Amino acid sequence: MLLEVRDLEAGYGASKALFGISFDVGEGEVVTLIGRNGMGKSTTVKSVCGLLRPFGGEIRFRGERIDGRSAHHVCRSGIGLVPEGRQIFPNLTVRENLVMAGRPRSGGREPWTLDRVLAFFPRLAERLNNGGAQLSGGEQQMLAIGRALMTNPDLLILDEATEGLAPLVRDHIWKSLDVLKATGLAMIVIDKELDALIGFADRHFVVEKGEVAWRGTTAELVADPSIQEAFLGV
Amino acid sequence: MAEFDPHLPRPVERLAPIVVVGLLAAVPPLAQVLGDPFLIKVATRVIVFAIAAVALNLVLGFAGMVSLLQAGLFGVGGYVVAIAAHHIFEAEPIGIAGLAWGGSADLALTLPLAAVVAGLMALVTGMVSLRTSGPYFLMITLAFDQMLYYGAVALQKYGGDDGLQILTPLTLAGWDVSNRWRFFYFALALLAVTLLVVGRLVGSRFGIVLRAAAENERRVAVSGIPPYPYRLAAFVVSGAVAGLAGGLLAAGQQFVSPADMHWVRSGDFVVMAVLGGLSTVWGPVVGAAAFVVLELLLSSWTQHWQLVFGLIIVAVVLSLRGGLADLVHLLGRSGGAR
Repeated sequence: MLLEVRDLEAGYGASKALFGISFDVGEGEVVTLIGRNGMGKSTTVKSVCGLLRPFGGEIRFRGERIDGRSAHHVCRSGIGLVPEGRQIFPNLTVRENLVMAGRPRSGGREPWTLDRVLAFFPRLAERLNNGGAQLSGGEQQMLAIGRALMTNPDLLILDEATEGLAPLVRDHIWKSLDVLKATGLAMIVIDKELDALIGFADRHFVVEKGEVAWRGTTAELVADPSIQEAFLGV
Repeated sequence: MAEFDPHLPRPVERLAPIVVVGLLAAVPPLAQVLGDPFLIKVATRVIVFAIAAVALNLVLGFAGMVSLLQAGLFGVGGYVVAIAAHHIFEAEPIGIAGLAWGGSADLALTLPLAAVVAGLMALVTGMVSLRTSGPYFLMITLAFDQMLYYGAVALQKYGGDDGLQILTPLTLAGWDVSNRWRFFYFALALLAVTLLVVGRLVGSRFGIVLRAAAENERRVAVSGIPPYPYRLAAFVVSGAVAGLAGGLLAAGQQFVSPADMHWVRSGDFVVMAVLGGLSTVWGPVVGAAAFVVLELLLSSWTQHWQLVFGLIIVAVVLSLRGGLADLVHLLGRSGGAR
């Protein structure tokens, strides 16, 4: 397994939000964390990425424990994050946003370089010297994904990657993610667009009240509408 | 944190530092024509303060950290130059860790030494103070500054509160620098190098990380970059350059005093940077010039000059968010629009 999360407990201050979440991601696999708002999906992501120190449990990446490590160590070990709300650097240009995150990759897949990211998102190439604050929502999302790719991750985590985007732009982002999936990049995707997730991911973990309430393949999720009804309010 | 506007007219951005240095270079001939050598003294002071303010802006404007230690490091540089010259004059070697050094009056040696000692001070203080941020960082740097200030006051052997006069003629690799023109152009060359180096740093990946961390350090961390070593490196570079500037001031006025290490002087450097503009490398040079000239003019007009000065600072900050550098940008834009 690429990523293994076992009995993860985490929260904010004295307030606990995760009560023993367990899930895993294989090499080149795409999984989703789905569930209603406030159930602990983003807290899980923050814990995995080193932005939140877990209260308990284990997080292993390529067999090595990474729980409690700082965010930059986690990123360097091969986990890239596209955070909720995009969070690009508005006062840096597109080029600077990308160059800042650039990390070389040794061996394995073809490395992500500035040129490759710009070829992947030609719109960013057109806006290369524009400030981040001057980009549209879709362009900012492309930049956020491009920035995460520049760290040359083995696992990409996308937290609400299409939130607040126009339908056409959302389609464009999903198509881009399809291309990334085809390169063998493992991904964890959190999104509200269940139809798109079903068409995109291999396995799903339904997060309910800080725990994994259901897990299964896309075929199993599609075959059981009661799951969608019970946990996702669909 | 300063907003870095990527849409500034490129020629203006490239030309502005050259124009600023060029205008300063014209001061000695102008002083000659006007028969007023005092102008050279004023412009030299502008240059020295500008070097320290440009260095501070690396930390303040680009890394988003308000440091009040700049005057302390500035003074450390001054004391290195003055003490080295003092021991030559007294013909009494300095004993450091069992080694004896006779001192030196050669700025080619003592100015780099001033930068190294101030840089080391910045490294030690930065390792502690950069563990904090915001008002805590401000308070810790203020405390370190005052420690250095009182340390200098306690140096009775070197004049204590009264400061230390440099009684040996200073040289620069054999050149006599008591000639005001020569010293002026030497200081100006150092300012030009400082602008070039800081400009390169700010535009490099190092500078991009500094600016990004000033916006949001968690976002930088999830990109695999720990902001701390970058900030520490910027703090050390800034401190070393401040030490160099302090050494220049001591050499120029043949005197060093703890007064230039007081935290109020650090505040002056912050004002110079803000007044000139935090978002450009060259803005603090304009700020230093405005500060020194206004201080001179207003203090000769009224003893309550600081009140008027304060009003001017408020007016500039409220009307020109990017400091006086904004005026140049406005001119550049209107020129570009034509």
